[in-house]
Amino acid sequence: MKRSLLHKVFQFYYQGFRSMTVGKTLWTIIIIKLIIMFGILKIFFFPNILKRNFNTDEERSKHVIEQLTNPNTITYD
Amino acid sequence: MTEYLDVVDWSRAQFALTAMYHWLFVPLTLGLAFIMAFMETIYVRTGNEEWKRITKFWQTLFGVNFAIGVATGLILEFEFGTNWSNYSWFVGDIFGAPLAIEGIMAFFMESTFIAVMFFGWNKVSKKFHLASTWLVALGANLSALWILVANAWMQYPAGMHFNPDTARNEMHNFWDVLFSPVAINKFLHTISSGYVLAAIFVIGVSAWYLLKKREIQLAKRSIVIAAVFGLISALFLAFTGDGSAYQVAQKQPMKLAAMEGLYEGQEGTGLVVIGALTPNKKFDDEKDPFIFKIEIPKLLSFLGYRNFDAFVPGVNDLINGGYTYTDAQGNEQIALSAEQKIARGKIAIKALGDYNEASDAGDTEQMKYYRSILEENFLYFGYGYLNDPSSIIPNIPLTFYSFRVMVGLGFLFIAFFAFIIFLAFKQKLQNAKWVLWTSVFMIPLVYLASQAGWIVAEVGRQPWVIQDILPTMAAVSRIDASAVQITFVLFAVIFTALLIAEIKIMIKQIKIGPKDGGK
Repeated sequence: MKRSLLHKVFQFYYQGFRSMTVGKTLWTIIIIKLIIMFGILKIFFFPNILKRNFNTDEERSKHVIEQLTNPNTITYD
Repeated sequence: MTEYLDVVDWSRAQFALTAMYHWLFVPLTLGLAFIMAFMETIYVRTGNEEWKRITKFWQTLFGVNFAIGVATGLILEFEFGTNWSNYSWFVGDIFGAPLAIEGIMAFFMESTFIAVMFFGWNKVSKKFHLASTWLVALGANLSALWILVANAWMQYPAGMHFNPDTARNEMHNFWDVLFSPVAINKFLHTISSGYVLAAIFVIGVSAWYLLKKREIQLAKRSIVIAAVFGLISALFLAFTGDGSAYQVAQKQPMKLAAMEGLYEGQEGTGLVVIGALTPNKKFDDEKDPFIFKIEIPKLLSFLGYRNFDAFVPGVNDLINGGYTYTDAQGNEQIALSAEQKIARGKIAIKALGDYNEASDAGDTEQMKYYRSILEENFLYFGYGYLNDPSSIIPNIPLTFYSFRVMVGLGFLFIAFFAFIIFLAFKQKLQNAKWVLWTSVFMIPLVYLASQAGWIVAEVGRQPWVIQDILPTMAAVSRIDASAVQITFVLFAVIFTALLIAEIKIMIKQIKIGPKDGGK
């Protein structure tokens, strides 16, 4: 019974994807887009700076407090 | 310093670019989902196969927009971690919780039921398919709720405490965050703007079919559904717009002053309907703010404070302080000047530093002392990063004109929907070519209005990332400006390519029409 339900769900998606028309183009765009976003942009251009530079939340807190309490370097004029 | 400001400006430009492109895709999804659901409901109730054909056609265009737009919002989250790391840390779980809920809901509701909606025709029962379509619509709109709640919190930080040990804001009351008056108005105003956009999109495409004398039944029926939905939504949009403006008057008076080009406050202030601002006007010069203006007497006082004679502070009042206002607890207060707020902000920032030094030294008495100073002045924390009182003034011309574009087009859309309904019921729409062409050209106008709304909301609240608590330049990461410039150009190219792809595929599908609607 369980296998049959899984099979039905699989067939539902399988047949759905197989019979797509414009959907094939759209899925191609989605996949290219996700590869660019996660494979290139996220890895090479958008590191999470606090996670990358510090190991613990305590270190991250100290860093941000240091930045926030040093306003002389962060004013408009 | 100059390089640092470059990072701030480029990061702002990059965030604006990605947010505006993202918002090109989202509103059509929000509104078209409901229009499709109404059409399919009629199909299920009547059994008329023409309605199924109509639903499937709009579903195809929905799919194109959804596929191209999906995940464009993720870029914004990348930017939080890289360009806005101080901000990301500072907001803590205020942002994390709503965005996590959004992610989970979007994944389970939209992804699951979108598959049934596209693949399930003739495979699942009519009622289950209809339920899936409605759940896609509800799921998309609920996803929008969480990100808009997070945005509203930035405009009106409620339901949180600042923890000086971690430099993070901690949510102490989820419901205060979710049901803050700013969040409710923002959510309702934003989603109803999506409904109006989708309604005009459907009418515009249908009008094109009528001009080409094809798909007549589909076009006529779609126009009636979209125009009725659009009129109701546009009226609701005006109602929630009034609510939003009221909240702005209470919580972000500088934004209201910028929206109105109001420099000198007065009792019984009029609402400027149209006007031209004097170029290069400074807050402290003697120039008349307007070259010309047409205003409705006392209306701004009424809309902002529900009292025709209420005092509405202008830019100069907000900078100089000294006027009387009623605070959130209903007490009369004398407004502080920007300089006084800046001084208190600097005290708060210093207290945070001293508190942490005392904490490192294990001096609990001193910690208690500095914590009390911090809490006493925390409402003005962000002002401590400013040196010049004029820094609290946003870009007035951009805010003023964007507001007029949004509101002017909003009222035009109400009249447009009413006129379309009138012509449709009089059976005169099909031959009114100028109305049909106008309908087609309404599509870019509604996108313009939609973008203008966000410009008012986001430019008008500058310099704040979090109102009064964190200005933009304190929120940004110390990273290389050239890296942000490179990604700015990359995003501009990628998003423009996606937009061109969407428009091309959309036009192709519209030309093909419903007979080969595809999946």
